[in-house]
Amino acid sequence: MSVTKKAVEKKATRAAFGDEIVRLGESNKDIYVVDIDIGKSCKTDKFIEKFPMQHINVGIAEQNGAGIAAGLATTGKIPFISTYAVFGSLRMAEQIRQEVCYPNLNVKIACSHGGLTPGNDGGSHQAIEDMGVMRSFPNMTVIMGADYHSTRKLIAEAAAMYGPVYLRFTRDAVPMIYDENETFEIGKAKKLRDGEDIAIIANGDTVRLAIEAAEQLEQNGISVKLLDMHTIKPLDVEAVKDCLDIGRIITVEDHNILNGLGSAVAEVIAEAGKGQLARIGVQDRFGESAPYEKLLEINGITVEDIIAKANQLLTN
Amino acid sequence: MFSTPLVIQVYKYMSLQEDHLGTGVWHMQQTSVEQLKQHAIELRKTAVTMVYEAQSGHPGGSLSAADVISALYFRELNVDPTNPKWEDRDRFVLSKGHVAPIQYAALALRGFVSNESVYTLRQYGSPFQGHPDMKKCPGIDISTGSLGQGLSCAVGMAIAGQRDEKDYRVFAMVGDGECQEGQIWEAIQAAVKYKLDNLIVFVDNNRLQIDGFCEDVMPLLDLEKKFDAFGFDTTRIDGHSMEQIVETLDTFAKQKNGKPKCIVCDTVKGKGVSYMEDQAAWHGTAPNKEEFELAIKELEGGLPV
Ligand SMILES: Cc1ncc(C[n+]2csc(CCOP(=O)(O)OP(=O)(O)O)c2C)c(N)n1
Ligand SMILES: [Mg+2]
Repeated sequence: MSVTKKAVEKKATRAAFGDEIVRLGESNKDIYVVDIDIGKSCKTDKFIEKFPMQHINVGIAEQNGAGIAAGLATTGKIPFISTYAVFGSLRMAEQIRQEVCYPNLNVKIACSHGGLTPGNDGGSHQAIEDMGVMRSFPNMTVIMGADYHSTRKLIAEAAAMYGPVYLRFTRDAVPMIYDENETFEIGKAKKLRDGEDIAIIANGDTVRLAIEAAEQLEQNGISVKLLDMHTIKPLDVEAVKDCLDIGRIITVEDHNILNGLGSAVAEVIAEAGKGQLARIGVQDRFGESAPYEKLLEINGITVEDIIAKANQLLTN
Repeated sequence: MFSTPLVIQVYKYMSLQEDHLGTGVWHMQQTSVEQLKQHAIELRKTAVTMVYEAQSGHPGGSLSAADVISALYFRELNVDPTNPKWEDRDRFVLSKGHVAPIQYAALALRGFVSNESVYTLRQYGSPFQGHPDMKKCPGIDISTGSLGQGLSCAVGMAIAGQRDEKDYRVFAMVGDGECQEGQIWEAIQAAVKYKLDNLIVFVDNNRLQIDGFCEDVMPLLDLEKKFDAFGFDTTRIDGHSMEQIVETLDTFAKQKNGKPKCIVCDTVKGKGVSYMEDQAAWHGTAPNKEEFELAIKELEGGLPV
């Protein structure tokens, strides 16, 4: 895999949704967007302009939006519900369970404002439990891309597969990591680095932090294996098992340490009965208004924290 | 897009009988009011028997819905039992999914499934789940069971039909108690916004829910006025008068005027079985042997006018 060196360029992954959904809508008239009055913020404006007949805005009525999407899907449409993660995973959680996952309908839930990225909006808008909730529903696939290009690719993959998918995006700009031509497969971890001393498994907007931590660790002679686990369900169990020989594993996520990536990896490790795990993520606490980076810092989700955890595991 | 193996499996499971399949197009417009009434009695008997056999299920709301269901399945719905997923079919969404037995009874009599198979209601492996399951049972257009949600799905289907310039219509049935769910009113707003005159909503206004009369649990006020105020074309009929149901379907429901339709049907919960009528206790209770036999006897005697 090729990591672009000019890691300075930044883009929010919600922009990836805005761009990719237009590309998809162009080639497939069954692609629909169901907006819930936050189209502008979720970047569906270009889609609306180009494909008004493939667009629905249900107003501020998430539950109905989910039901309408399910109804559309029964007729062969591929609706993308677009909203914020906190509403897309919680206000319509039961509708997604009953009318999307239970009948296994081809509905995609595309959510901006994942994790702590809507920093200044405060704790009410920071979705820290969304992926955990979605992971609990049978038939559901749960994805968060690490950057603009990978998110676009994963959205395209989600549109191409049959079944419910929960996609989570950042509100804030995050560094570009991948080359435009990099390919991604749902349910298959992307190996960013191979190493022997420690394995770091990250996803979403924390992958960038893991990359930096890995580089610094390497400079100190610690060999790091690094995985971008963009899909937390179905989890790439084999990729996790491949880390068991290293034995020291750190998960990093912009999500509650309960029920997200860390928990999913912990399940594999516990069942295997070997390996040591440290989970970095939101410390089971609600957020507050603050810059996104500050919130990461409060929760111990920084490059320094990853390095410190690595050193801790190595001295154990 | 639907996994055919599942459907085939269901058919196999039910060992469909020849006489109920492949009968081709049902000459619906020729079904007389008298026949529809007769069918409604059959549906009631089948539904009560299903609940009795399962010793579980919801007789009250099945019986109140029976006449509308009969009119829909034997006169109105443009569906093909030999091709349940035919893309141009009319849709029917039973938003009050707990009364699945009355829909299963109609699916059997209409030839989607065999008559005998429906008595596996609520058993392990049965396509006839406690609440309608589109993955398991042919003829079910959307899975329901959680109240307040089906109508939104019906709206989605109607939007798709409109955008695809299809002639199919979408019929939905909601309970009066179900109308206490906020999502119902969200769906209504959307139906009006999108001018879905291909959507026809029946309210089974039987005045009861689980805990008693809706009036006491949470008053719904005048549902006809409420739907009207939200922008629906609304009418109110006796939901047990086959004449009124047919008349309403033939005229009111067919108007292509850019407005979704609502038919508030005044009904009696438990209709046709004297001891069940107007009794909240028969919402979700199965009859014992004696009660069952009395119910069948009463139903065979026909409905009192
Ligand atoms: C969301 C939800 N809450 C509660 C229930 C449990 N429940 C099943 S039937 C029912 C009462 C329904 O009353 P109504 O809509 O009037 O139906 P009917 O009288 O026709 O049976 C309730 C509360 C449910 N199925 N779904
Ligand atoms: Mg009722």
